Amino acid sequence: MDYEAIIGMEVHAQLKTASKMFCGCDANYAAAPPNTHVCPVCLGLPGALPVMNRVAIEYVLMAGLALNCAIPEEAKFDRKNYPYPDLVKGYQISQYDMPLSRDGWIEIRLEDGTAKRIRIRRAHLEEDTGKSTHMGAYSLVDYNRSGMPLMEVVTEPDIRSGAEAWAYLTKLRAILRYLGIASGNMEEGAMRCEVNISLRPAGSAAFGTKVEVKNLNSFRSVRQSIDYEIKRQAAILDAGGQVEQVTMGWDENAGRTVVQRSKEEANDYRYFPEPDLPVVRARRAWVDELRARLPELPDARQERLIAAGLRPYDAQVLTEEREVAEYVDAALSAGQAAGADARSISNWIMGELFRLLKESGQDIATIQVAPGELAALVGLVNRGAINAAAGKQVLEEMFATGRPAAAIVEARGLAQISDSSELERIVEEAIAANPKAVQDYREGKKAAVGFLTGQVMRASRGKANPQVVSELLRAKLG
Amino acid sequence: MSNTLTLAEVEHIAELAKLGLTPQEAQMFQEQLSAILDYAAMLQQVDTEGVLPTAQGLDSGEAERPGMREDRVAPSLAQAQALANAPAQQDGQFKVHPILDE
Repeated sequence: MDYEAIIGMEVHAQLKTASKMFCGCDANYAAAPPNTHVCPVCLGLPGALPVMNRVAIEYVLMAGLALNCAIPEEAKFDRKNYPYPDLVKGYQISQYDMPLSRDGWIEIRLEDGTAKRIRIRRAHLEEDTGKSTHMGAYSLVDYNRSGMPLMEVVTEPDIRSGAEAWAYLTKLRAILRYLGIASGNMEEGAMRCEVNISLRPAGSAAFGTKVEVKNLNSFRSVRQSIDYEIKRQAAILDAGGQVEQVTMGWDENAGRTVVQRSKEEANDYRYFPEPDLPVVRARRAWVDELRARLPELPDARQERLIAAGLRPYDAQVLTEEREVAEYVDAALSAGQAAGADARSISNWIMGELFRLLKESGQDIATIQVAPGELAALVGLVNRGAINAAAGKQVLEEMFATGRPAAAIVEARGLAQISDSSELERIVEEAIAANPKAVQDYREGKKAAVGFLTGQVMRASRGKANPQVVSELLRAKLG
Repeated sequence: MSNTLTLAEVEHIAELAKLGLTPQEAQMFQEQLSAILDYAAMLQQVDTEGVLPTAQGLDSGEAERPGMREDRVAPSLAQAQALANAPAQQDGQFKVHPILDE
């Protein structure tokens, strides 16, 4: 049978504040020895009182605005109660029924190029837990992470496939990075993901039994676990069985989901208002001030690049990372003076520059090729001063040395020969040296001109303008 | 005595709180917790027409961005201080009973 997958996602992102959520402990604990970034508040010692970090609140409100959410005038914190050693107080300060933002959406672009909206149910603020390490006979707990500000973004069940989940995560992370409020680094645990998946017969309106997959720590595992669950659940339903409501984990090595706990001991968190924290009132003036602080976001940037002449797909890829987008912008604005059009610049970045970045493992923000120099190189190619093959060599050298394009062209004598008298001589030599190809051409094998062009290119050591060469050949061969 | 809470509900709450109750204790808490719920039920009968819901007893009133602190780092405890009351410790970490999750 054909099934439709109904998928919702919860993403937790650590916020990039200087201090923790409810105390002044240093939030930069990555390299610190265990339990050295802790105080009575984040250790949950009796009598300690939490005080909200204004910047963490503002970051979530900014995320809410960027996710097209409504910002309710009042928000509050609640206690979510459950016993676990990494949770110092026996409860987590979170938000239950009055989150900082709600009812927004994100637009993703599907593989076929169409756009789709994923509704955001809410984005709220809570505190992170400590980190436990299981040693078999006992466990060890480090509370440096305890009390870190953690934003949770919850979607409506609008996602239909692993690919859509991937696109959603990509977009969400891009927005958070543009805002500068989260690193979104999943490998470091600064962004964590949970998905819930159910299947229903295509065209049906009812919902099937929901399975939760937790602790997904890469985009790839999100995509793979969803694809796996869809197949697993479809097989159960096809066999006439029933999907069990369980919480699962993803076994990266085995490439399958594994049951973590069955839902019988249903979570009963007994939320109640956190009596130690006041209500947050997001007044108009404050929200307006935050809105004014929002940078140009990926969607707007994408539209601007498309209007400048880029293909929609390229515009999307080039705006996923803020650093890349800024590089593209700088190259485009230098492009006008350099005689490089937007589409060509985008092609060179998407192709050659990305290849060099990937091969060298470098970051675009720190490479030696200044955006203006890239534009200059594209301009040289566009004007026919060098051909594309020479352009690639020049870019490689620019990448390795940081020298300007023009200087490399000059030093290596790569300037393209477009001067027809010199080319004419080389073309005539090629014709004289290859009677067989000439005969083929005259007998109707027009492809032979390609071979001859190749001979001319070689004789010119790649400096001939291939277009001029092929025109000359056709003229001479008649 | 009212019977707002069943014995099964009392046992469920005890389980969530990780409390082991004897049958006598379960009986006792059934009565006590029910009495508390009865009291809440009594409060719910009060006419609150025209009264705005109060999400929080700590209302900051009209103050601008009340009860918040600036995002500034303050000193933390030293590791030895943090661990001073730990029943057991190892490698600078709190040592606890094994966590059985799966």
